[in-house]
Amino acid sequence: MAAAAKTTPKHADAPINKALTRDDKIKLFRQISRIRRFEQISLKHYNAGKMGGFLHLYIGQESVAVGCVSLMGPNDHVITAYRDHGHALAVGMGMNECMAELFGKKTGCSKGKGGSMHYFAPDKNYWGGHGIVAGQTPLGLGLAYGLKYKGLKGAAMCFMGDGAVNQGAFHESLNLAALFDLPVIYIIENNGYSMGTSQARSSSYTGCLAQRAEGYGIAWEQLNGEDVYEVRARVQVAMERAHSESKPTVLEIATYRYYGHSVADANHKKYRTKEEIERYEREHDPILIWRDHMIKEGILTDAQATEIDQEAFKEAEAAAVFAEKSDWPDPSEIFDDVYWEVDNQTVASQSGRHFFND
Amino acid sequence: MPRLIEYRQAIREALDEELARDPMVVLMGEEVAQYNGAYKVTQGLWEKWGDKRVVDTPISEAGFIGMGVGASMLGIRPVMELMFWSFYTVAWDQIINNAGMVRYMSGGLINCPIVVRGPANGGTGVGATHSHTPENIMASFPGMKCVCPATARDAKGLMKAAIRDNDPVMFMENTLLYGEKGEVPDNSELPEGELFIPLGVAEVKREGTDLSLIAHGRAVLTCLKAAEILEEEHGISVEVVDLRTIRPLDEETIFESVRKTHKAICVDENKPFCGVSAQIASSIQLHCFDDLDAPVLRVSALDSPAFYSPPIEKLQLPYPDVIVAKALSIC
Ligand SMILES: Cc1ncc(C[n+]2csc(CCOP(=O)(O)OP(=O)(O)O)c2C)c(N)n1
Ligand SMILES: [Mg+2]
Repeated sequence: MAAAAKTTPKHADAPINKALTRDDKIKLFRQISRIRRFEQISLKHYNAGKMGGFLHLYIGQESVAVGCVSLMGPNDHVITAYRDHGHALAVGMGMNECMAELFGKKTGCSKGKGGSMHYFAPDKNYWGGHGIVAGQTPLGLGLAYGLKYKGLKGAAMCFMGDGAVNQGAFHESLNLAALFDLPVIYIIENNGYSMGTSQARSSSYTGCLAQRAEGYGIAWEQLNGEDVYEVRARVQVAMERAHSESKPTVLEIATYRYYGHSVADANHKKYRTKEEIERYEREHDPILIWRDHMIKEGILTDAQATEIDQEAFKEAEAAAVFAEKSDWPDPSEIFDDVYWEVDNQTVASQSGRHFFND
Repeated sequence: MPRLIEYRQAIREALDEELARDPMVVLMGEEVAQYNGAYKVTQGLWEKWGDKRVVDTPISEAGFIGMGVGASMLGIRPVMELMFWSFYTVAWDQIINNAGMVRYMSGGLINCPIVVRGPANGGTGVGATHSHTPENIMASFPGMKCVCPATARDAKGLMKAAIRDNDPVMFMENTLLYGEKGEVPDNSELPEGELFIPLGVAEVKREGTDLSLIAHGRAVLTCLKAAEILEEEHGISVEVVDLRTIRPLDEETIFESVRKTHKAICVDENKPFCGVSAQIASSIQLHCFDDLDAPVLRVSALDSPAFYSPPIEKLQLPYPDVIVAKALSIC
């Protein structure tokens, strides 16, 4: 929300974007389309009663995750909140395992234990998927601490919502980040609302939310998230700061969610207008904007772009079939993954009682 | 014609009546006002009572719950909603150390008439972090009170008692019960002109002679179903005791039941380790040892974090068949 000016050519010309090959750009288009299609298909099955709990859709915000994740090197890490499908697919998690998790199946990325809000893939430097608002913010700090401790040149990108900035844990994290010079990048995905509460009704600030970083002596920036070029160009500055100076940054990225807070949010056309939603869909859609770049730059024809999108659609549909056909977890798995020592049948697991069912 | 209303509406009526009765009562929490509450418990109250009495807060549980605790020291009577009771962990210090301890540490000079309310249950596919049942934890702190109503009627009457109580009351509702309808008399039908159920009074929800099932919250409904099966299919007469309040705990009603039936199973949706049922089982063996014809048994949630997958999560919480099987093992 509160989007700044439209992307200028300057962002496309930033060295980090100049370095993109044709294939890189097509890959970005494929990713952004896959996230959209994955969520559209998941919505369909959620509405058909195939899933439990909540489904928080990222639709409208895809350029943020895709742009940021595209900057990651081997020692860069990601952690986010419960609106986590986009980041998960962007880091390379598969549609099958992600869809199966929503269906609560054994083949899900968390074996059906976590659900929509709790995707994890440590092998891809992706640390979740967290349901408690701002609960991930000290964890992001901890990833940065771990990197620095190990002497690795990397950054921890910690995503959060505009509503999460008011949690104490986040403020404590900012102080620690600055005090200890930790390479963490807090990325506030500002979609204007925390559930039904607008930014103006939830936060007091001067200038913008990211500017609160100033009080902690932390560099900050506010940018527009609808264009992958802009996201990449400006987040890269923070990445460099983390890598070369081991310093934190707070970024506030303007974006918008088209759907309700979760699918169960029946009020989402009450606290904001239909016109507002339609304007974003029409004028600020991250997929349309990137597609437009591709076509204008002669990288893709309209037909080719449509084909990529259709492939994404088919992949998502196939993932739903996979999820549907997969087995439920076995009840015996209820007590797996509680204790490391017990799962690994170590000596430590042999002494004392771990579980208290009778 | 009995008046049937939803559990959520029953709570809403209690809040509304207390807002009317006492100008010091303030409702506060995330999305409680303009959004009408995430689970619509507070629907219409902001419209009726306005910004001063029904207040939306940012997502800052430690801050706003602590603010409520502080205001209560000055005689405000805040009724704070946790959108999920599970988020108490964010406000832990404010609830436990401040609301729970200030009376003692001030030698009785200060008290905190605050209510913290919201749903505290598993079984809805929202994953481990959102499925906590902290009634045993809250009740483990002397200074705290804890209420877990199972029916619409109890929810209304107990909420009114909670708001008027001068100690911190942790009021635990259940998202699976919000839509359940129950009989709640209209105030005009009541001699006192209102429904008020004091804290610390259990209720026998079904009378029986062969076995006592002792439960609170949604587990009471599960026990009632199990009792029906046991009666119909096995000819066992089961009494169901609903604790309603965890602390103060009405031990006498429990003991009376056990002295009659000589057998007890404690059922709760708590995790078993130091769960509410553990406390009750301990009290029963101490006070009713000679009356018992069998060991006191327990049925609790399975001892692992909440599993997301809906069919598996269902198995984690007590369901009638488990209670029936336990009962048959001692009857
Ligand atoms: C500690 C805590 N409090 C409240 C909630 C309930 N809740 C979940 S998301 C949310 C809104 C968060 O909004 P924002 O941070 O802007 O993120 P967005 O949903 O817009 O991505 C709330 C109140 C929660 N999950 N955790
Ligand atoms: Mg938001």
